[in-house]
Amino acid sequence: MAKKQLVQIKVNGRNREAMVEPRLLLVHFIRGIPGLTGTHVGCDTTHCGACTVLLDGKTVKSCTMFAVQADGCELLTVEGLMQNGKLHPLQEGFKEEHGLQCGFCTPGMLISSYALLSKNENPSEEEIRWGISGNLCRCTGYQNIVKAVQYAAGKMEQGGKDDLPNIA
Amino acid sequence: MIPPAFEYLRPQTIPEAIAFLQQYGDEAKILSGGQSLIPMMKFRLARPGYLIDINRIPGLSYIKEEDGYLKIGGLTREADLENSSLIHSKYPIILDTARVIADPQVRNMATLAGNLAHGDPANDHPATMLALGARVVAVGPQGERVLPIESFFVTLFTTELQHDEIVSEIRIPVPPPGSGGAYLKLERKVGDFATAGVAAQVIVGSGGICQQVGIGLTNVGATPIKARKAEESLCGKKLDETTIAQAAQLAADEAEPSSDLRGPAEYKRGLVKELTLRALARAYERAGK
Repeated sequence: MAKKQLVQIKVNGRNREAMVEPRLLLVHFIRGIPGLTGTHVGCDTTHCGACTVLLDGKTVKSCTMFAVQADGCELLTVEGLMQNGKLHPLQEGFKEEHGLQCGFCTPGMLISSYALLSKNENPSEEEIRWGISGNLCRCTGYQNIVKAVQYAAGKMEQGGKDDLPNIA
Repeated sequence: MIPPAFEYLRPQTIPEAIAFLQQYGDEAKILSGGQSLIPMMKFRLARPGYLIDINRIPGLSYIKEEDGYLKIGGLTREADLENSSLIHSKYPIILDTARVIADPQVRNMATLAGNLAHGDPANDHPATMLALGARVVAVGPQGERVLPIESFFVTLFTTELQHDEIVSEIRIPVPPPGSGGAYLKLERKVGDFATAGVAAQVIVGSGGICQQVGIGLTNVGATPIKARKAEESLCGKKLDETTIAQAAQLAADEAEPSSDLRGPAEYKRGLVKELTLRALARAYERAGK
């Protein structure tokens, strides 16, 4: 067995550390160390995007990265979206617009949409579809996911930035 | 899937990384974007004993024009290319290429250098770099070697890079006025490898005469293919429907596709012809002629 290494990662604003084997995938660190199981292991082959997290402000597939690579970085997972007991506008949008059925892809969809809206406050439908092109949904046909993101963009425009979590 | 165990090394400088490569020889692999390597490790198609993570080496991420070249650093990500105003304004062929690679998450990690160094004929940048006449800068224990892209790809997953060398930069001659290029790819779905892809770069002189042309083909052979006969057929000629159609046929003849899940060989050959036609037409249009 390879030598274990100390990994320190700030997950949703909280420092987490562990001695891990280098081969430990980031998604398994997230699910195992802080026990945040919102980030899903889907295809495990870099296709489906269910494991998407925000690493230092950029979306990555956490099944295709080792935890040791994220040492010293900041992570946002789906658990970090809700602030002070209040759903993020995106989460609210997915609820209101029926943007999920089985819900397996939803954590990844939320993080990809979050990254999109951070860069582009008012994306077109095409830009939304482009933004979530690394996330597969096998239930919705994407239409309601697009509507959910549009809902959130509208809500955030109305409510200013006050509702956004101040992390990552 | 849990990848096989390995020792993880994180050098802070290129010489340190090269020293690790020398020390561990064929057992060591460079970890850059990791978007091809990590999936291969999961499938046990790669079992490196040592991973040398170069992501923390400073100064390797840049896109700039200097000394007549567009210089792209060894750690420059696909997303950096996608978001670069220089690439948007002057190198649409590179933008065409970067934005059809995998998906947004993968492009946040994946690098141009890795896309070339991996030596996978299904990767998209090789065809574009062949069309642009790029050079790969490799740094090893003896210093720097500048490798022309034309002879960089040796065979499947094998390049001219030595085991103790790292790609530090890619250099592309700054295209003169009258240049244009395009990359076209057919993929079954977002994120898939190309069924086939074609890159074309032209320099058009007065009267629409083609002064220089580069054509590269994706995923229709054991290596990325430079369609030399198609290129030669256009040099010194006026670009029009007839000459472009002739070149497209020659490019299709130069392709060496094999039948697989993405389609039979003859279909892919036909696809190369059509994509070459369209890529040349778009390149010509972008050249402003």
